[in-house]
Amino acid sequence: MSRKLLLEHINIPGINTLEVYRQKGGYRAVEKALKTLTPEEIVEEVKKSGLRGRGGAGFPTGMKWSFLAKPEGVARYLVCNADESEPGTFKDRYLMTYIPHALIEGMIVSSFALGAKVSYIYVRGEMMPQIRILEKAIAEAKAAGWLGKNILGTGYDLELYVQPGGGAYICGEETALLESLEGKRGNPRIKPPFPAIAGLYGCPTVVNNVESIAAVVPIINDGGDEYAKIGIGRSTGTKLISASGNLVKPGVYEIELGLPVEEFIYSDEYCGGIANGKRLKATVAGGSSVPILPANLTLKYANGEPRLMSYESLSEGGFATGTMMGSGGFIAFDEDQCIVRNTWNFSRFYHHESCGQCSPCREGTGWMEKVLHKIEHGHGSMEDVDLLWDIQRKIEGNTICPLGDAAAWPVASAIRHFRDEFEWHIKEPVKSQSQNYGIANYATPIEKAPVTEEK
Amino acid sequence: MLKVEEQTPVVFSSELLAKFDDVKSRYPEGKHKSALLPLLHLVQAEYLWVSTPAMDKVAEYLNIQPIEVYEVATFYTMYFLKPQGKYALEVCRTGPCCLVGAEKILSHLENKLGVKEGEVTADGLFSFRGVECLAACGFGPVLQISPEYTFYENLTEASVDKLIEDLKNKS
Repeated sequence: MSRKLLLEHINIPGINTLEVYRQKGGYRAVEKALKTLTPEEIVEEVKKSGLRGRGGAGFPTGMKWSFLAKPEGVARYLVCNADESEPGTFKDRYLMTYIPHALIEGMIVSSFALGAKVSYIYVRGEMMPQIRILEKAIAEAKAAGWLGKNILGTGYDLELYVQPGGGAYICGEETALLESLEGKRGNPRIKPPFPAIAGLYGCPTVVNNVESIAAVVPIINDGGDEYAKIGIGRSTGTKLISASGNLVKPGVYEIELGLPVEEFIYSDEYCGGIANGKRLKATVAGGSSVPILPANLTLKYANGEPRLMSYESLSEGGFATGTMMGSGGFIAFDEDQCIVRNTWNFSRFYHHESCGQCSPCREGTGWMEKVLHKIEHGHGSMEDVDLLWDIQRKIEGNTICPLGDAAAWPVASAIRHFRDEFEWHIKEPVKSQSQNYGIANYATPIEKAPVTEEK
Repeated sequence: MLKVEEQTPVVFSSELLAKFDDVKSRYPEGKHKSALLPLLHLVQAEYLWVSTPAMDKVAEYLNIQPIEVYEVATFYTMYFLKPQGKYALEVCRTGPCCLVGAEKILSHLENKLGVKEGEVTADGLFSFRGVECLAACGFGPVLQISPEYTFYENLTEASVDKLIEDLKNKS
């Protein structure tokens, strides 16, 4: 069994209440931080831990904190990004549902470290049940003196509020989130200035993912050095992985970074293999935005070495043969799944969620969706595949925020690794409506030849 | 698209206005526009949709221009700009849920309720639509029902049938 730092007590009845959470050692980190550490020392511990942002970008959290401007007489804010909307990712919802106090404890310690007197948890609007859970937990914590004025008699004041979103994926981008929190449309801002200089209401602001903030609790309890001992290389600590798709046991798993991908998929401790005795065809390892990989490249590098669940190992080989850790949304596709249909589905998602600010993304995502719809429904031509490649290249890197890249990568990687399946849809417009292309030559062991016919 | 058709004036109850005041108190002086999204949720929970006169009232309450409310209400997908069924069913239709049968659930709902996506049943009880990822991918297919946004996970055609019967009996 690997070490659990965030989900250790997940199965204990009543862990969602302050009483049980306290019995299990909860709020120790707040006592330690507020009574024995200075804000600078906390930032230093987080730096030493090597914790990297768990929302997707993987930027070192301690470094992000150290960039926060501290002008005299200007309020500073901590905003928790709980706008979890990346297809394939549901870890934050899980954490907030079952252990809301872990997030609140992390928010208190982090707010103290950053000098914030008012902090917000921006939760996506669809998660109304989680908003109710958090508000109840905040009320409990406040009644017990963990929030409000003069916490633990240290003179530190903190108010914590939950803000609902309105159902827009783009608000997971930190500057769009801040716009939304200010009561506006979620249009990402041009950076610089970065939020650390001018964020919420123009004040210095740190925006962190739910899991990053919750991870601050064990870092303060055990020390940054202890946290950094877990994991592999620059991928320190544990990570919550949301496993979905055609798996025997989909769900949220806490892994020590560095776990072999093969063990994660097939061992009974984790996903337990592919559902219904089928074979693995492909995976999206870090949420819908990251490149899709065929089964063989998911499990091993191009040179045959095993691939691990870590930031570096998942991206080994670049986009040619690798992918990304992203937010840890691990989606598994069995042999019956159609890559073209899934790529079309993801494109529709990005088209739907594009804020419309930048033309390459606004026009390009819709264009890709239409072309993919055409191919999927048996009306495609060979030129369409090249057209798709051309469109995605013109979106990537040409937009204010990363949504453009996120829309381009799934299309690019699907064509890169599964071009023969796209071409089969075009050459077999009738057959492709009732049959699937199958596993072809993507997976090991190779048992079935491609269905494509001779030209 | 926002259509200004509905003109029935809206008067917010004192209970609702008290909730408004509570939300407004969460933000620093002069930054009360931050309350806009939560306020629209409160309006929708009360009326089951957000009409233009209601938006105008919200603008008046926050002392901002009506257009500032319209642009937000049309940007975010959760706000219903026309009346829905008493139970508005929203089924996730994004990739991971489709891998485990979300499309079948959507077409089953269409048959079961006898209305198309976005329409309301004759008894006014139900409407449904497909929505993008609800962050419950490991428990798919999933649907949520506004205004409480209760989640129903691991859906099958049978469990959807049962859910609809239960809701019918409840009302």
